[in-house]
Amino acid sequence: MDATPLSPRRIFQRMVARLGEGLDGPLLAITALLVAIGLAALYSASNETLGRVNAQLVNLALALGAMWVMAQIAPQTLMRFAVPAYLFGLALLIAVALFGDIVNGARRWLHVGVTRIQPSEAMKLALPLMLAWYFHRNEATLRLRDFAVAAVLLAVPVLLIARQPDLGTAVLVGAVGFYVIFFAGIGWRILAGLGVLGLASLAPLWGLLHDYQRRRVLTLLDPSQDPLGAGYHTIQSTIAVGSGGITGKGWLHGTQTHLEFIPERHTDFIFAVYSEEFGLIGNLVLLGIYLALVTRGLMIAANAPTFFARLLAASITLMFFTYAFVNMGMVSGILPVVGVPLPFISYGGTALVTLFMGIGILLSVHRHRKLVQT
Amino acid sequence: MIGDLRGAEIRDHERELHHFHLRVGFAGIAVLLAFALLAARFIYLQVLQHDTYASKAEENRISIVPVLPNRGLILDRNGVVLARNYSAYTLEIFPARVADLDGTIQALSEYVEVQPKDRARFRKLLAETRNAESLPIRTRLSDEEVARFAANRFRFPGVEIKARLFRQYPHGDIASHVLGYIGRINTRDQEKLAELGVAANYRGTDFIGRTGLEASYQQELHGTTGFEQVEIDAAGRGIRTLARTPAQAGNNVTLTLDIKLQQIAEVAFGARRGAMVAIEPSTGGVLAFVSKPGFDPNLFVDGIDPQSWSELNNSPDRPLTNRAIAGVYPPGSTFKPFMAMAALELGKRTPRSAISDPGYFEFGGRRFRDSKPGGHGYVDLYKSIVVSSDTFYYQLANDMGIDAIAGYIGKFGFGSKSGIDLEGEAIGVLPSPEWKQRRFAKPEQKKWYAGETISIGIGQGYNAYTPMQVALAMATLAANGDMYRPRLVSHIDDIRTGERRHFKPVLQQRLELKSENVEFVKRAMAGVNIEGTGARSFGNAQYSSGGKTGTAQVIGMKQGEKYDEKKINERHRDHSLFIVFAPLESPRIALMVIVENGGFGARSAAPIARTVLDYYLLGKVPAAAAGAAAPAGDDEEETESD
Repeated sequence: MDATPLSPRRIFQRMVARLGEGLDGPLLAITALLVAIGLAALYSASNETLGRVNAQLVNLALALGAMWVMAQIAPQTLMRFAVPAYLFGLALLIAVALFGDIVNGARRWLHVGVTRIQPSEAMKLALPLMLAWYFHRNEATLRLRDFAVAAVLLAVPVLLIARQPDLGTAVLVGAVGFYVIFFAGIGWRILAGLGVLGLASLAPLWGLLHDYQRRRVLTLLDPSQDPLGAGYHTIQSTIAVGSGGITGKGWLHGTQTHLEFIPERHTDFIFAVYSEEFGLIGNLVLLGIYLALVTRGLMIAANAPTFFARLLAASITLMFFTYAFVNMGMVSGILPVVGVPLPFISYGGTALVTLFMGIGILLSVHRHRKLVQT
Repeated sequence: MIGDLRGAEIRDHERELHHFHLRVGFAGIAVLLAFALLAARFIYLQVLQHDTYASKAEENRISIVPVLPNRGLILDRNGVVLARNYSAYTLEIFPARVADLDGTIQALSEYVEVQPKDRARFRKLLAETRNAESLPIRTRLSDEEVARFAANRFRFPGVEIKARLFRQYPHGDIASHVLGYIGRINTRDQEKLAELGVAANYRGTDFIGRTGLEASYQQELHGTTGFEQVEIDAAGRGIRTLARTPAQAGNNVTLTLDIKLQQIAEVAFGARRGAMVAIEPSTGGVLAFVSKPGFDPNLFVDGIDPQSWSELNNSPDRPLTNRAIAGVYPPGSTFKPFMAMAALELGKRTPRSAISDPGYFEFGGRRFRDSKPGGHGYVDLYKSIVVSSDTFYYQLANDMGIDAIAGYIGKFGFGSKSGIDLEGEAIGVLPSPEWKQRRFAKPEQKKWYAGETISIGIGQGYNAYTPMQVALAMATLAANGDMYRPRLVSHIDDIRTGERRHFKPVLQQRLELKSENVEFVKRAMAGVNIEGTGARSFGNAQYSSGGKTGTAQVIGMKQGEKYDEKKINERHRDHSLFIVFAPLESPRIALMVIVENGGFGARSAAPIARTVLDYYLLGKVPAAAAGAAAPAGDDEEETESD
């Protein structure tokens, strides 16, 4: 034992070291970079006031805490939570459908005592947990029947969420569930068949969509049809992106942003703010960072010890990708406007906590990679 | 066995891992492709389409806000202001931003007085004006009302207080037909402005001259609209001004008209209907221009309310008709001096030509009666004007024939537009066989009958001229045949260059009249005022003058017919006319007065002319309404009828 008494500084350094012990440096670094970009863009989107930035810092503290907790839980332990988490989430979704609060025409929120929660958010992690657990349990004998069961497990919450309606979350939950099924090894032929079936079901699906959702899809095809209504978001964000040019207008100098032409510029459309001010170069850098995030996540998945951990890590990683792709796609006008935030950058506590819990799961999978291999 | 199993498991495990890695690789490629798609989209937007979007962002950001010019002033010849502007607060509603208009107006009335006529006007404006930004519900708010609304404005999104310039006519209805009025720019005006290529200069302008000088000098008075480049946010709020081009006020228009003279003339008319035009013979400058009744142009400056509008429009007195240029009347005996000129110039009569007037002229078995039963006895050319012998002119007209009359009389401007700088001039009727041919449809009506020529000689029959035309003819005769284009504007002060543009007199034509003939007719007209039909009004004048009375049968103007009997009778009375110029040597003023249903020319019209000349030549201001008191008794000096 070291005889010299420890200085407070040494104690602090050790505590940090202990806290970060076994956590993946590259993944944390990539995430930190995204968060930093997000705070800078948020500051600009808030017209250089600190109110929202401070609030986001509080969110960040909460999210980091959630991440740290998740990172401490071994995948084997996590597996035990899969079924209860899924069933609990499903119950909440049904409760929302029955007693939920309607905000902006959508029934998404559930009153729990003093606060309101959005159960669909929990499904983003509960569903991949459940599916990964299911496939892991039947690992040795995976047959078509298992994929069919998985499809049902996927479809029920997705439909409940889509009915609220919350298209953005439904897309993300559906995507993450699909990724689990894909990585579990569903046959290519079945996949191709499902693809054809999906295309064929577009027409009846159109009938299920709400008016405003249809309008969003139609507006995507021609935003100028409704420049002040449904097309306004896309038109203004496209102008912001396009007017940014190669080098951008400079941080805090975006006119579209500062004159408030961009709606929801703190949350779903923050990419328009970033893109206007940092231009093509900034966009390519951001794409690079997300690519690094996906690469690192897939590497962690590839090195994961168990089927469960692999499926979970890979599907969560691709969920990050889906967030980024759908968000940037809708802001730049090639995808319909659905409520999907830009991961680690958009303002908002709920999304941030979910995302960091996902990072926490990846960290945990990475930390426990060697344990079983011995 | 066990070992085999294990081996199989491991192999299985590895195969499965291999499959997983394949799929991870596949996913990685899919992610790369998706990001490549995004990158391509970014390159398209930010490199290829950058210019388009950059300019769209600028358009978003910068709004061009018009800065309205002050409308030019209108001044009389002595610099007295006749039309000016003042700034006042208006309460304006943006219809597009207010869901419940009636409810909002009702709520507003708790803070600001809103009368039924304000509501009516607002509804009228709302119906008339397409895509208007804002419409006034109240104009000319008091300071207290402004303060009350300002304290409660948060209750009224879409309602704003604006400082606006208003036109003001300090003299009220005096000279209203000269000044005209302004009206809100409508769709038709916008099309016209676009045709003229000046639409941009009218951005933000709400009002345009509708009638009178406000209309005919609209382009001069309007000025140049300035522009402000304002950075705006998405809600349209101005953030800061980036650049500013100030507005240039409209040019000031100074008239030849003397507002004091105008006022004296209008007071002299009193409540009677009629018109008067006074011209400076040597320049064509209009000194006074009366059309009674007039209207208060101030009613129009913030959009006239429907009730006032319908009162003005439906009044049987037709106050919106500019009688001086748009009313046509038979000239009656004021036609005779010009007939005499024609007879002398064409050699049909000499100063010594005389007839014996039996009181009628017989033609084709029909008797054309003189207004004086029994006739005037021996009548030569001089006396024919002084006593206004009808028989003399029946005969003269018959001797000259309609072609000669029309050809000669037309030279004095009868039957053609005078060219005055006002819009809406009527042409009138200079009767001729050609005119009849054009005017009528049926063959038997198209033909000119020799009998129709007879009453043309005394200014009746188809004769119909505007007071402006008769006044111009008088001025032309007074100026020995020099016809100057009548005009109201003396000069315009160009605000931009500081230059004063004088309107030089425009000699439209010079009638080659023999001076002895002109002298003769003028002497005869002097005789009218000394010993003839004008003597009662002008006998004691301190200046020399030449005049001619006239009485015209009511056939010209259509009147509102639904009126009580007493009024109808009144409206069938003859019109009273008088033309005069003074002084005899180098005349300074020539004028024509008509009093509708005023009876004999000497009774109603001549006293008005006297009042006007007394002021213009002597500076004599009559006691107010002095001219309004018309004698009611019979007038034996002149009795004219067909």
